[in-house]
Amino acid sequence: MTMIKARIDNIEVEVEEGTTILEAAEQVQVKIPTLCKHPDLCATAACGICVVKVAGRPNLIRACCTPLDNGMEITTRDPELVEVRRNVIELILSKHPNECLTCIRNGNCELQKLSADFGIRCEEYESIVPDLPKDDSTKSIVLDPRKCINCGRCVEVCQNQQAVWALSFLNRGISTQIAAAGGIPLAESPCIKCGQCSAHCPTGAITEYDDTLAVWSAINDEKKHCVVQIAPAVRVAIGEAFGLKPGELTTGKLYAALRRIGFDAVFDTNFSADLTIMEEASEFVERFVNKTAPLPLITSCCPAWVDFMEKYHYDMIPYFSSCKSPQGMLGALAKTYYADKKGIKPEDMVVVSIMPCTAKKYEISRSKDMYSSGVQDVDYSLTTREVARMLKQSGIDFLALAEEEADSLLGEYTGAGTIFGYTGGVMEAALRTAYYFVTGEDPKDLDFVQTRGLEGIKEAEIDIKGTKIRIAVAHGTGNVETVVNRIRHAIETGEELPYHFVEVMACPGGCIGGGGQPTGVTDKVRLERTAGLEKDDHAHQIRCSHENKEVQKLYEDFLGKPLSEKSHELLHTHYVPRPCYKR
Amino acid sequence: MAEEKSGNKYIDESVNVVKKWKNKRGSLIMALHEIQGVFGYIPWESARTVAEQMNIPLARIYEVLTFYNYFKLEAPGKVIISVCDGTACHIKGSMNVLDAFKQELGVEENETTPDRLFHLQVVRCLGCCGLSPVAVVNGKTYSSVTAGDVKNIVAEWRAKEAETA
Repeated sequence: MTMIKARIDNIEVEVEEGTTILEAAEQVQVKIPTLCKHPDLCATAACGICVVKVAGRPNLIRACCTPLDNGMEITTRDPELVEVRRNVIELILSKHPNECLTCIRNGNCELQKLSADFGIRCEEYESIVPDLPKDDSTKSIVLDPRKCINCGRCVEVCQNQQAVWALSFLNRGISTQIAAAGGIPLAESPCIKCGQCSAHCPTGAITEYDDTLAVWSAINDEKKHCVVQIAPAVRVAIGEAFGLKPGELTTGKLYAALRRIGFDAVFDTNFSADLTIMEEASEFVERFVNKTAPLPLITSCCPAWVDFMEKYHYDMIPYFSSCKSPQGMLGALAKTYYADKKGIKPEDMVVVSIMPCTAKKYEISRSKDMYSSGVQDVDYSLTTREVARMLKQSGIDFLALAEEEADSLLGEYTGAGTIFGYTGGVMEAALRTAYYFVTGEDPKDLDFVQTRGLEGIKEAEIDIKGTKIRIAVAHGTGNVETVVNRIRHAIETGEELPYHFVEVMACPGGCIGGGGQPTGVTDKVRLERTAGLEKDDHAHQIRCSHENKEVQKLYEDFLGKPLSEKSHELLHTHYVPRPCYKR
Repeated sequence: MAEEKSGNKYIDESVNVVKKWKNKRGSLIMALHEIQGVFGYIPWESARTVAEQMNIPLARIYEVLTFYNYFKLEAPGKVIISVCDGTACHIKGSMNVLDAFKQELGVEENETTPDRLFHLQVVRCLGCCGLSPVAVVNGKTYSSVTAGDVKNIVAEWRAKEAETA
């Protein structure tokens, strides 16, 4: 590997060839400001704030897209550079509405921060904010083009990282805006609602669709029995909104906080993650051993992935697990099993879920199967970001709360349930239980480490007492095509299947890096959040879904057995091809 | 394999045009040019067809279509009014003429009236500066135009179109 030696602000730096000036500077504790460059994404050199001087060159150089070269002498700060950067910020501000106080990103906006850091105290240029309408057609994410600074991160995410191609640049020059093809509403585009655009947007131009007011009314409606469920990945990220490091586990505090703000019962989506494993591992064994349906089995708990598959890869429908997501399963059971035991009518209940995800808002009404209790099973799906706001406005001293437990019937979880939150976790949890279903005993080592890590596609062969199971785990929908094409090729040619079992999560890193999580995610943050869930897994005495006592009781009292008629009625769903464009 | 016709002229004609371009790299713009040559603009159905046939995301196609001024996304009006704003015309008051057309037709520059009869556009220098300010309507040149002439020009073409309709 060739190393490059240079000087940045008179500090010696040595980096691998290909490292940009921006990245090299970070290694010597120099932070060059930028608005468009995100560590996840290719540099597009759109904003022009990261300019630096290189000795011997007459022009200013953009640090984000210029590789460091041997012997370079770089200046990242002097009065002229500060003035140029300030001028660029002022120009961006002249096209950006001065609405910080009422903006959803107030307090964590990258433009606001930069403006503060540079001490911008007046509007230097006449304001020319374009009069463009909001697009909230998806009811999952909201696009407000007035607040867009055309950094292009969302386009880069949507087209390249996620391969969805919903967002694009329209027009040119000062009229440039971010929109779907031809300016149609996002809901009529291929958008899969993954929300990665909102997680990468530096400003308030793309955000989650805010359901908090509706949830407050539900909580405050005395006639309604309001219950809540918490997804795995939320517990290791919501603390960030209160100053904790990514990955710090806050499950018990979250239970307590949600009770304080008025929920009548607090459940855990980790419980229904365990349940999903019971159903999905049974489905896998059915297909693998009894050959009742074709392999590979593909996981279905990610709604953005489901939407992506239904739009771009609907020939995979026969291979899809029919299991609803844990969110959907818990909703259905809350309004049947729990409602029965409590003597409450499902129509008098409100089920709220807290998810790291914007697509979960779409999932709750994606098909008639989501109304299996007779009414809509999950009424509202909130992102981690929305719930953090609700707790803050309630004056809850989150960090000081004593830990509490979840409510019974739908609250207990195992280590397998909690690892649903990161890439490979669903596969790992399923393997633990599939091993048990096939052999009648638990695997000696519960850690299927082959499924872990942030590599885009992970492939492995798992040995179940001599039976080899080939698996693939993909995350980030941009990585899906390779996997799907291998499956297609085998099916078309009759060659041996490359995989028996495939897990896909739409967001890089899985749900811990979900589109509804606190902003500012990078691979470092993803690994920290993942480590938090791994710790939760290992802290549990019981680490296999089939040993979850409440799940066992649910089968005894209500469902019978996995894949029973009742299970199919409440816990399973169907898929249909959907057009990428509605007209 | 027999070719299936959709029965939609925007789709079928576009399939036809794309045939000769789809296996050549970098020929998206050529295909779009040719389709605009046929319809006078790029209808949504045609853009969808190009996307499908050339295996290019529709979002990318609209990035191209909206980047280049030349491409039109809506059917232009039957009567195209081009007001010259070259240097000579500009000095002699072409902007007053343009404003008068805007007011008379109730449209902005590069827009078409709701009845799709008139399309208003600005061009830079028609090469007859001696006649400035100049407006050209469907090939007919009007010289030394004033804001006061605009009402009559529009009426003339409205009458002409009513006759042929």
